[in-house]
Amino acid sequence: MSRVRRFFGLGFLLACCAAIGAEPARLPADQMAKAFRSDSISIPTPGELFAALEKPGRPNWVGQMRGPVATSYKNRAQIALNLGSLIADGFIAVEAKDSQQVKNIGTDIIKMAKALGVSENVLSRGNSINEFAENDEWDALQEELEATQNEVKSSMQSHRDQDLVILVSVGGWIRGTQVVSAAVMQNYDERAAKVLRQPALVNFIQSKLNEVSPDVRDEPLIKEVSGQLPGIEKLVAFPAGKAPTPDDVKKVNEAVGKVMSQIQAKEAK
Amino acid sequence: MKMPVSALSILAAIGFATATAFSEPESDAEVAARKAALDLAGAFSNEGFKMRDGHWSGTIKPKEHALIAVNLYAGNQYWFSVGATEPAKKISVNVYDETGKLVQTEGYNEGDKAAAGFSPTSSGQYYILVDLVEGNESSVCLVYSYK
Repeated sequence: MSRVRRFFGLGFLLACCAAIGAEPARLPADQMAKAFRSDSISIPTPGELFAALEKPGRPNWVGQMRGPVATSYKNRAQIALNLGSLIADGFIAVEAKDSQQVKNIGTDIIKMAKALGVSENVLSRGNSINEFAENDEWDALQEELEATQNEVKSSMQSHRDQDLVILVSVGGWIRGTQVVSAAVMQNYDERAAKVLRQPALVNFIQSKLNEVSPDVRDEPLIKEVSGQLPGIEKLVAFPAGKAPTPDDVKKVNEAVGKVMSQIQAKEAK
Repeated sequence: MKMPVSALSILAAIGFATATAFSEPESDAEVAARKAALDLAGAFSNEGFKMRDGHWSGTIKPKEHALIAVNLYAGNQYWFSVGATEPAKKISVNVYDETGKLVQTEGYNEGDKAAAGFSPTSSGQYYILVDLVEGNESSVCLVYSYK
């Protein structure tokens, strides 16, 4: 009897080992927590977000464009947030293939970048944007917008304006999410709605905002934006693989729309 | 019995000896690694993939790994391209989902260059594991493309 038990016991053990061997390796949670994260690789560009939105069907990009935005803010943090949202607008205008709008947005981007004292390299990007828009070179325009965003951030870092870098990304993400949620609301499709699931991204943005200097962190507008991110993180934390309902999408749109209004308010609190 | 070697080695060491921010000056080795990664990613551009301007670069020692978090969108297709410099002989790149589960990917390996491609069915966070399989401490660069 004991020999039979030993036989089955060994068989069970081998089966377990075989199962362990067949199992794909898993990353331990503590290692995932320590993974390298940075603005330049862990935060997707508006172009990536819009590319995913387009897969189930081309949205009405023209309908997602907004009117001219103010470019004369005095507060540097507010300028950085608006600069990010304006770059997202540039991506929308490229998707809409509206060359005049791309040129207008390019001019506004340069105005805001100048107000932040970024390098001459960034300013020359404005000419390239105009040139590509004149020639309807849409792929080149997307690359140029992304390069402009990176050059603005790089210039901020070299001018010891590191705190502003994350604000450009935040502005871009908020505006991108506002546009995507609005497009999904207009023409609901489960596949398109799935792109809104990004709780880890919002969490990362929040952690970066917590790292900025107290001077910036204590500004009323930054406090407002930071204060609303935990709520937004919950709203975009749909179960993996499950599409948010139209009502879920509406809630996301309202939440990011509220933040966007505060960012672009002429007199920030 | 085949043990999950990757899991054991991940537990052993995750190497983040250096990771450059984009404003820091890059060494010659880092520039060369970046060029190798861009050369590889360039091949995917011919298939309509757009290359992201951002990158990660650093150094990896033998038996160590680099783990980089990215946020991806369901519906897009992605290729993660890694380039290394000598004395790296063989590198690998694998993708894990937010629960830490290995994702099935298309792969490309050519000694000091490797790439992994897949289409996420769920939007969210993924992890790119870059592994120095053979060779000595080397500069490594990761770029990614999407369409």
